[in-house]
Amino acid sequence: MKNVFGKVTTLETVLAFFHDGMSLMFGGFGGVGSPPTIIDGILEKGIRNITLIGNDTGFPQIGIGRLVSEERAAKVIASHIGSNPFAGKMMQDGRLEVEFSPQGILAERIRAGGVGLPGILSDIGMDNEIVVTNKPKLSLNGKEYLVESALTADVSIVYAKKADEYGNLIYDKSARNTNPLVAMAGEITIAEVEEIVPLGSLDPEEIITPGVFVDYVIPTKGVNWKWAWE
Amino acid sequence: MGMGIDIRNKLARRAAEEIHHGMVVNLGIGIPSLVPNHLSKEVTVMFHAENGITGMGPSPRKGEEDENLCNAGGFPVTLNTGGSYCDSTVAFAMIRKGRVDITILGSLEVSEKGDLANWIVPGKKVPGMGGAMELAQKAKKVIVLMNHCDKQGNPKIVKECTLPLTSSRCVDLIITELAVFQVTDQGLLLTELFPPYDMEEVVKKTGCDFDICEEIRNISY
Repeated sequence: MKNVFGKVTTLETVLAFFHDGMSLMFGGFGGVGSPPTIIDGILEKGIRNITLIGNDTGFPQIGIGRLVSEERAAKVIASHIGSNPFAGKMMQDGRLEVEFSPQGILAERIRAGGVGLPGILSDIGMDNEIVVTNKPKLSLNGKEYLVESALTADVSIVYAKKADEYGNLIYDKSARNTNPLVAMAGEITIAEVEEIVPLGSLDPEEIITPGVFVDYVIPTKGVNWKWAWE
Repeated sequence: MGMGIDIRNKLARRAAEEIHHGMVVNLGIGIPSLVPNHLSKEVTVMFHAENGITGMGPSPRKGEEDENLCNAGGFPVTLNTGGSYCDSTVAFAMIRKGRVDITILGSLEVSEKGDLANWIVPGKKVPGMGGAMELAQKAKKVIVLMNHCDKQGNPKIVKECTLPLTSSRCVDLIITELAVFQVTDQGLLLTELFPPYDMEEVVKKTGCDFDICEEIRNISY
C-alpha cells in the first residue's frame, strides 16, 4: 500500500499525542466499539489526569473502563457509569469528577463539537436538577430550552471495521454507536481499525465517516478483554 | 425483582397486549425484556436499542454471539430481517422526534400524576441517567412494569415521588402483579386486576387514591 496521505501509522507514533491532563473523547457503548489497542497504549505510557468524554465508563476491565479502574481519569463526561463500580466508588470518594448528560443529548453535544457548532438547544431533563445545573436557558418561539454546550477534545479515538488510506471509515454493526460523532469532534482523530485497505476498495456509498475527519489510522491488535457475557 | 417467573411473564404478557403490528418499541432491562416472548406471530415490530439498532432480534445461540452486535446493556443480540444500524444521534433522533411508539421500563416509584423515578436509589451510587430521560419524556407511550410494593412492603405507586425524578408526567400505563392503572389527567384509573388479588388488597398497597373503571377486567392468564 502506498500510504499516499501518510495517515496510516503505528501505535507508537500516535502515542506522542497523548499527555497528562489531556481531554480524550472515545467511541464505544458499554465497551462495544472502543479501541482496545490505543487504550492499552495509554495505560502503558502512564498517561494520567485525563478528562474522558464518551457514552459511559464501560466495565472495570472492558473498554475505557480500564483507564478509570487504573485511576487515569480526573474527570468523566458521560451518560452512565453504572456498569463500572470503580467509577462510582471514585466519584463517591471525591477522586473523580463526573458530569452526567442524558445519553442522546451527550451524543448531540459531541456531534455539535464535530460539526463546528457551539451548542444545541434541548428540552430534555429540564425538570431535573442534575441536568439543568450551570446551564443557561434560552427562550425561542415562546418556549424555554436548555443551552447544552458542544464538546470537543484534544484527541478522539474510534474503533472501526475498515479504513482506507485516506481514513474513510466503515463500522461493524452496533459497534458504530458513538464512533462517527466522536470521530468528528477531536482536534486530532485516531482510528483503530480491523482492516486497512487501499484507496478505492471501499464503496463510496457505504463510507460512514469521510476520511476528512480522520488524521491517523492504526491497525488493531483486537479486543483483549473478556466480555461480561462470556 | 423478587417475583416468580410466572408473575414476571404475566406482566410481560399484559404489556405485550399494548404492542401492535408495525410499532417501534424500546424495552428496558429486566421484566420488559420478556415482552417479545408474548407477541403473537401476526405482530411484527421493530425493537429499538439506544446504541443504534432498529429491528433488534433475540439473543443468539451460545457460541454464535457477535461481540459487535449487542444491545444497550452490552449483551449479544441478533438483527431481524429489515433491521438496520445507525449512530447514537440517529437512535435518539427516533426517540425525540416521537418515532418510538412504546417504551416499556421498570421503576422504583411512580406518582399519581405519572411522574417516573427510576434512576437513583438513595444511599447507593449514582449510576447516571443513560437514555432513560429521553425515552420517558419523548416515547409516545410509556409503560411501567414493576412490583406493586418495594422489598420493605412500601407502596411504589405514590401521591408524590420521594426519589429524584427521571421525568415528570410521562407514564401512561402502570402494570404490577396486582393491577393495571391508566394515568389520566385526573389521576390514576384502575382498569384491571390480576386475581387472586382484589380491590381491597390494591387499595391497601397503593400509596395514593385512584379512580376505578366501571367494568374491571379480571385478567385470567
